[in-house]
Amino acid sequence: MIRSEENAPISKVLVIGAGIAGMQAALDVANAGYSVLLVDRLPSIGGHMAQLSETFPTLDCAQCILTPRTVEVGHHDNIQLMTYSEVESVEGKLGNFRVVVRRDPAYVDWDVCTGCGACTEKCPKRVISTQFEVSMGRRKAIYTLSPQAVPNKPVIDVGNCIWFQRGKCRVCEKVCPTGAINYDQEAYTLEERVGAIIVATGYDLYPVVNLGEYGGDQVPDVIDGLAFERLLSSSGPTAGKVRRPSDGKEPKEVVFVQCAGSRDPELHMPYCSKICCMYTAKHAMLYKHRVHDGQAYVFYIDIRSAGKRYEEFVQRAMEEDDTLYLRGKVSKIFRDGDKTVVWGTDTLIGQNIEIAADLVVLATAMVPRLEGKLVAQMLDLPTDENGWILPAEDNIQPVETRWPGIFLAGAASGPKDIPETVAQASGAAGKVLSLFARWGREQEREGQLQTSPEAERLAYA
Amino acid sequence: MRVKLSRASIKNDLVRKIEEISGQDLLACYQCGKCSAGCPAAFAMDMLPSQVIRYAQLGMVDKVLQSDTPWFCAACQTCYARCPKGVDLARIMEAVREIILQENGDHVTVDDIPAAELAEFPQQLFIGGFRKYTA
Amino acid sequence: MKIPYFPGCTLSTTARGFDNAVRASAMTLGVELVELPEWNCCGATFPLLVDNAIDLIGPAEVLYKASQEGQQLATACTTCYNVVKRTNRTLKEDGDMLDKVNYFLEHDSDYEGSVEVLDVVQILRDEVGWDEVREAVKKPLDGLKVAAYYGCMVVRPPDEVAYDDPDDPTSLDDMLSALGGQRVAWPHKTECCGAYLAVKSPEVTREMSYAVLSSAIRNGAELIVANCPLCQFNLDRQQQTMSQRYAGYEPIPVLYYAQLLGLALGLDGSGYDLDKTTVDARPLLGRVGLL
Repeated sequence: MIRSEENAPISKVLVIGAGIAGMQAALDVANAGYSVLLVDRLPSIGGHMAQLSETFPTLDCAQCILTPRTVEVGHHDNIQLMTYSEVESVEGKLGNFRVVVRRDPAYVDWDVCTGCGACTEKCPKRVISTQFEVSMGRRKAIYTLSPQAVPNKPVIDVGNCIWFQRGKCRVCEKVCPTGAINYDQEAYTLEERVGAIIVATGYDLYPVVNLGEYGGDQVPDVIDGLAFERLLSSSGPTAGKVRRPSDGKEPKEVVFVQCAGSRDPELHMPYCSKICCMYTAKHAMLYKHRVHDGQAYVFYIDIRSAGKRYEEFVQRAMEEDDTLYLRGKVSKIFRDGDKTVVWGTDTLIGQNIEIAADLVVLATAMVPRLEGKLVAQMLDLPTDENGWILPAEDNIQPVETRWPGIFLAGAASGPKDIPETVAQASGAAGKVLSLFARWGREQEREGQLQTSPEAERLAYA
Repeated sequence: MRVKLSRASIKNDLVRKIEEISGQDLLACYQCGKCSAGCPAAFAMDMLPSQVIRYAQLGMVDKVLQSDTPWFCAACQTCYARCPKGVDLARIMEAVREIILQENGDHVTVDDIPAAELAEFPQQLFIGGFRKYTA
Repeated sequence: MKIPYFPGCTLSTTARGFDNAVRASAMTLGVELVELPEWNCCGATFPLLVDNAIDLIGPAEVLYKASQEGQQLATACTTCYNVVKRTNRTLKEDGDMLDKVNYFLEHDSDYEGSVEVLDVVQILRDEVGWDEVREAVKKPLDGLKVAAYYGCMVVRPPDEVAYDDPDDPTSLDDMLSALGGQRVAWPHKTECCGAYLAVKSPEVTREMSYAVLSSAIRNGAELIVANCPLCQFNLDRQQQTMSQRYAGYEPIPVLYYAQLLGLALGLDGSGYDLDKTTVDARPLLGRVGLL
């Protein structure tokens, strides 16, 4: 079959999501010399990993291992980075997808903005950062997600901006040295053609408000794991000092509650979220490293620390950092005076346990991102009953989907840790590079373009 | 002394009976202890509510029949309301009570109650109590 | 509106004060609770064995009689509410059990599961609304700090009986707010008082009631209101010996929400049996102008 120029397969990949999975996949493809369109919903890249303080099992500083990646992505000649953007539609098939990406208005002209930060500094409106700081800290109405944001360009939060809400202020415009503020900026769409797609939309955490018996998000000193990461993070709202939300005191008795919403087919999520046993041990250790006279308690049902020196890591939390592991699930958490009371049990001695904690950290279930589910719908990818995107086959095709040319990487297909995510990202990139390499060889053949039996099979599968 | 387990010992008639009259699958319980942690009467019990299930899972129903735990259950349903596996422990407790009552007779009789109390106390206390404590 | 009403045995005798208060205050708010012409005891505890058909007969008969009067049934005693409502659901889901029960009851027609069981507080919330209650107040509670005690029966099991958030219900709190009371946030509002354990183990009931009482007191409550005669009894009566067990224990009055509601609506409180409690609430009520 002779293929004309018009429907020649395009060796460019769309990567949806620029967390660690999307970035790794994008870099692998870009470093091989091919073009990447990398799209992320947030103003800057890095996903949830950018919120972490240190990663298990090495206790590497998350920023230290992430920033080289984000910077490389930000500067890469082969990566077309579109942040604050969403994929609106996808049509076509392997080799020839027509995608439309919408870029929301930041109200800042990023071509002119130098990232000096004067606007953010002078903005008079301070609000709680519910997203990046998980309500542990604040930001301004004009903001970047973090000091190391890539791109380091701000966006305006219209709902909290005094100009947009009340017609006053415009201080950012006044102080901007390059005139980058533009309150009339509009959304725009971009139409692109790509040959393959990698879905790397990641995860969210199960909302604490759904855990009524744990306070339902009404008890100030009950927080989730990502919020605790922000407290531990040296670039976070407390500069890495562990302070409890209610009054800023340093907590001396900290209770960690595993399986908060996981392994609960009756009321919440039926599956195990895989990473919580490990990050809880990490949290206990990091807490103890910062608060030497503090005590960490972990309520658990089982400890899941498989392979990769993970078991040894958890043992360290117990032996070196004196974490008391209590085998039993917590039934109720409530405020009493300035303490947060935890009612749990120790099934090993057969006694109920009560702890008057200063701070409680819930290891809440990982859940698929809502936006990820919408992307799955848009691409007609099946999801399981819990919303995780299904790969073509669970055992030996973890990064492929039912559609040729569309691949998965990272937590979009289910709970997983960083090493697995990065491996999958490179796996998906490998699949994509395999396609691009084949198409390239085909196009090199002199004269007419010819199909190989394999390409034929893939194109019409 | 080691507890000797075998097919016959763990799936004995009493275990079957508990499952039958409570309508619960004992092995659905993964012993997380959340029921015990929330039980308002556990402080009075000689074994935790979750241990009642554990002994039954091991076929050691005799241990359960000798325990005072089922008699301190107030059927407040906190266990069932929070169980991540949907195991209705309140029903299991009732099943254990019923087996003990049929074996040993009533746990309380009218003669046990002082006349003054019978006159003054709300009758739902006695109706409910007698429903739970007599065969 | 008129709605068929099942008072239950305890409201007709030792807790008559609750019954009188509930009927009078509901009537003032436009809800006439019409007592079923004939009724029987609900059994005071929902039978938990799956083959216990005989203990379902009592509540099933109540449902049958209710179905002869209408499609809804109101209860004020939350234990009756729980038993009758759970029975209703069992009969609706288990066709065999429904057949067995109908066969035993030997009425001309079968009960089909047509009745909706409602708690009086639920009716006041949904049919009257707290705004209208606020308008009708003649003697506001004057900032009185009242801890609303919900107990177990209206919240558990949540999917069978709860008409409010099972971990942090607010319907009674909203009512008290409408009456001019000050809300008390406290963590034991749905912790069990001990229920029927008092039959054999009063000291256990005392401990369980103490946990509830001390929590309300610690969180600033001046008064506790309950929605079940057994709860009111346990929390009130156990205070008689509380200072023997807990030195320095200060008593706190425990009433039914309906008594407070009636007084706030300007009713004279006759028949409310306010003189029959262990801890006398009348001085406190007098201080805020309700008596």
